[in-house]
Amino acid sequence: MNTTISLPPDPEITPAVIAKHGITPDEYELIQKILGRKPNFTELGIFSVMWSEHCSYKNSKPELKKFPTTGPTVLVKAGEENAGVIDIGDGWGMAFKMESHNHPSAIEPFQGAATGVGGIIRDIFTMGARPVFNLNSLRFGPITGNSPSVKTNRRLFSGVVAGIAHYGNCIGIPTIGGEVYFDESYEGNPLVNVFCLGVLKHEEIARGAAKGIGNPVFYVGAETGRDGLAGAAFASRELTEESKQDRPAVQVGDPFKEKLLLEACLELLTTDAVAGIQDMGAAGLTCSTCETASRGGTGVEIDLAKVPKRETGMTPYEIMLSESQERMLIIVEKGKEHIVKEIFEKWDLPYAEVGVVKDDGMMRVKVGDVTVAEIPARQLADEAPIYHRETKAKPAPKPLCEIPKTDVGLALGKLLADPSIASKQWVYRQYDHMVRDGTMVLPGSDAAVFIVREANKILASTSDCNAIYCSLDPREGARLAVAEAARNLACSGAVPLAVTDNLNFGNPHKPENFWQLRECVEGVAEGCVAFNTPVTGGNVSLYNENPSGAIDPTPTIGMVGIIKDESHVTTSAFKDAGDAVILLGELGDEMGGSHYLKVLFGRKEGVPPRIDFAKEIVLQNTLRDLIAKGLVKSAHDCAEGGLAVTLAESCICGEQTLGAEIDFGTTGLAPELLLYNESQTRVVISAAPENAEAVLKLAKAGGIAARRIGTVGGAQLAVKADGNEQRWKIAELSDTWYGSISSCMSEA
Amino acid sequence: MKAAVIRFPGSNCDQDCHYALQHVFGVSTDYVWHKESSLKGYDLVVLPGGFSYGDYLRCGAIARFSPIMKAVTDYANHGGLLIGICNGFQVLTESRLLPGALVRNRSLHFICEHRFLRVGATDNPFLNAAQPGQVLNIPIAHGEGNYTADEATLAELTANRQILLRYSDEKGVVSDATNPNGSLQNIAGICNAARNVFGLMPHPERACEARLGSTDGNLVFQSILNHLGVRAVA
Repeated sequence: MNTTISLPPDPEITPAVIAKHGITPDEYELIQKILGRKPNFTELGIFSVMWSEHCSYKNSKPELKKFPTTGPTVLVKAGEENAGVIDIGDGWGMAFKMESHNHPSAIEPFQGAATGVGGIIRDIFTMGARPVFNLNSLRFGPITGNSPSVKTNRRLFSGVVAGIAHYGNCIGIPTIGGEVYFDESYEGNPLVNVFCLGVLKHEEIARGAAKGIGNPVFYVGAETGRDGLAGAAFASRELTEESKQDRPAVQVGDPFKEKLLLEACLELLTTDAVAGIQDMGAAGLTCSTCETASRGGTGVEIDLAKVPKRETGMTPYEIMLSESQERMLIIVEKGKEHIVKEIFEKWDLPYAEVGVVKDDGMMRVKVGDVTVAEIPARQLADEAPIYHRETKAKPAPKPLCEIPKTDVGLALGKLLADPSIASKQWVYRQYDHMVRDGTMVLPGSDAAVFIVREANKILASTSDCNAIYCSLDPREGARLAVAEAARNLACSGAVPLAVTDNLNFGNPHKPENFWQLRECVEGVAEGCVAFNTPVTGGNVSLYNENPSGAIDPTPTIGMVGIIKDESHVTTSAFKDAGDAVILLGELGDEMGGSHYLKVLFGRKEGVPPRIDFAKEIVLQNTLRDLIAKGLVKSAHDCAEGGLAVTLAESCICGEQTLGAEIDFGTTGLAPELLLYNESQTRVVISAAPENAEAVLKLAKAGGIAARRIGTVGGAQLAVKADGNEQRWKIAELSDTWYGSISSCMSEA
Repeated sequence: MKAAVIRFPGSNCDQDCHYALQHVFGVSTDYVWHKESSLKGYDLVVLPGGFSYGDYLRCGAIARFSPIMKAVTDYANHGGLLIGICNGFQVLTESRLLPGALVRNRSLHFICEHRFLRVGATDNPFLNAAQPGQVLNIPIAHGEGNYTADEATLAELTANRQILLRYSDEKGVVSDATNPNGSLQNIAGICNAARNVFGLMPHPERACEARLGSTDGNLVFQSILNHLGVRAVA
């Protein structure tokens, strides 16, 4: 390596350069105060990424404090480390988290999504956990039709799915579930929220702190290149027409290298050589050095001349701001350097001793003997200015004056064909969802269920958010998202344990957007308190806008639960002809914010359904009791599209399709209201006919409405009520539901 | 009996294969690192699924040149039982231990799902526990599983009863509609003429426990144990 380094002169720091870094004049004042001098160009760049919303949560921090984050099962709290850790019993814990890669995916869908997966996996194995499964929550503009924007949406959708598949399949972590929605509000600004969960023994929890003065600092993994320069800052701006020019801000992923890094790091963590470990994600080398120093209450000094590089002539600014993927920073116990060398040579990965832990609290960056940046680590990592943004409430949604009518028979086919409701088989077929031999419930049921063999624990996981509800009433919508997630877990036989969230909103400088954020956070917090599921971490993605405005507020909830016994695992598909179909909960009558209105009339309006947590908890507890007693053969929650869609899905989503004869008797409800309302706290279950009475009795004793509404069997779904009857051929419903997305995607 | 699961750096079904052999069948099973060069003392060698060396070039193209593959080739040439699953099958064709090639799925998509397979010949160490024409339910998960070969090779495979598995429907009917990836004649698995090397795209190790949806994969491992005269002890 060349030892005489000639650095190109830094650009002059003008108000325009400061503004281009997204730093306000006040923030610049503060930077000068912290340094006691003017920053140089590299330091300005370092501050700009560390004080971006993506890294500092400067706009959302006061709100995030409202989440419940503690509980008897919490081993590592939200914000403490790269991911939270929850106790799952017998000395085992799980680390899990959700993170967004929205902006990169809008510009370069394949790599944007792929590197999102890579990033969240690193967050998990940085904790010392072996990643065992992934989920994702994706949202795009509409994919039906032939307009140029629809074609763009299809390209984004297809690219994102391929990118997730590329990364997850290669690294060998199954992608076992999630959700996909399509709505105009995500046009040009898709949401790509990825989730990873790993398991570890309690004593294996690794920490991201630079401990031990004099300990060497190692750089391991891929070489640093010019890709992903200042991606964190890029993600903290609105997308515009010119955003395409930000393509260099998108990183390129190498899942094979990450597989090597994962195995090498987990192998290294079984030794006693590691004092601290931190992945290089957003803000790369910058973030990992100042955060480890700040957490350790120490300083870190690194020499950029020693950093493995992919190209020559990189400036300190570029090296510090690069977001090249598949890299980690490891603080090694002095004297144990040879262990790192052995393991990383075994896995053929680059490694280099690049620095040392100091006692002066500084993040010092050198190139050879020349100091190119020197910043107090704590102020940089943890003391970004905090903003209390202005809020402005949007008017409360108006109740619907009337419910528009249409052919109720045809409506079911149209709802099942809506890509947000239709089967996501086209998507999950592209993901290896079975590797690691633990997927007990294949994608497409209410929750993904995975048995972690090494721990002998069955985990259930789901991601949920109905953003129509959130756009109409952000607080109630967020409460509904948490309740639905918990209900999906209950339907699979699980007890909820904890939550990770991904808060996707528009530009927080616009008071309406910030109001939505605040309302949603408070709604999520209320839900998490009610279901006793602490928030263990997550991600905030603001500035999700396209030229026509902000996205619908989308607080995605990732919830994980545990299934106590293998026999409790329950899926949403009907199992046998002759089984009784039972509705737990009321018939319902709330049509506001429904997919019936959206899909058939293009209307996103009305008051979304209300959620009564106390009633919901009774329902879920009762359902779990029934499952534990072996009385439930299938359970499916009522969500988008109401009872009719729930029944149809239970008929068609299993290995075999089955019809059902349903009779609601006299309800006094208009047919479209009965079939398609989206009132909450409802689950359709099936039970062996001889158990039907027992189920009804136990449900009522538990304090929940329950009625037998029909019988499984036949080749049709038939629904009678109030003297009317509708009949649908199961084969047709099945073709519609399974075929809708693939037929959209086969269009040019 | 002793089995070896070869570990390339990008193998990702290695642990699943190890589990099936060690825990479902009670076979003493070792991992063998790709930088090793000996396979002495093994009765069965498994090339597991995954992305051996990233497979950014052609699947298995680099694995062919790894130190362990020289040992694997010697082992197979001396009659040792060798099974390559998914990426392992790709490594076997790249190494010319099996004829033909595996190219991109005709849909150009990666496909992961349960598939029905019709058993062809059973007079071999890998499917002797099955009946000819029996239908197995075993998952696939691959982007490059489209088997292709020239006419002469295909004729030879057919004449020698080397086509062991074909994609079918649940009744065993083999047609284009039951072909997930465009494979020639719906081929899902073949063996060599000497009947000691078996390559297949489906994952039998993912179909070894009822709780995961199918136990049909056990037939493959059971057949191998039968052939070696070993009783499962798990």
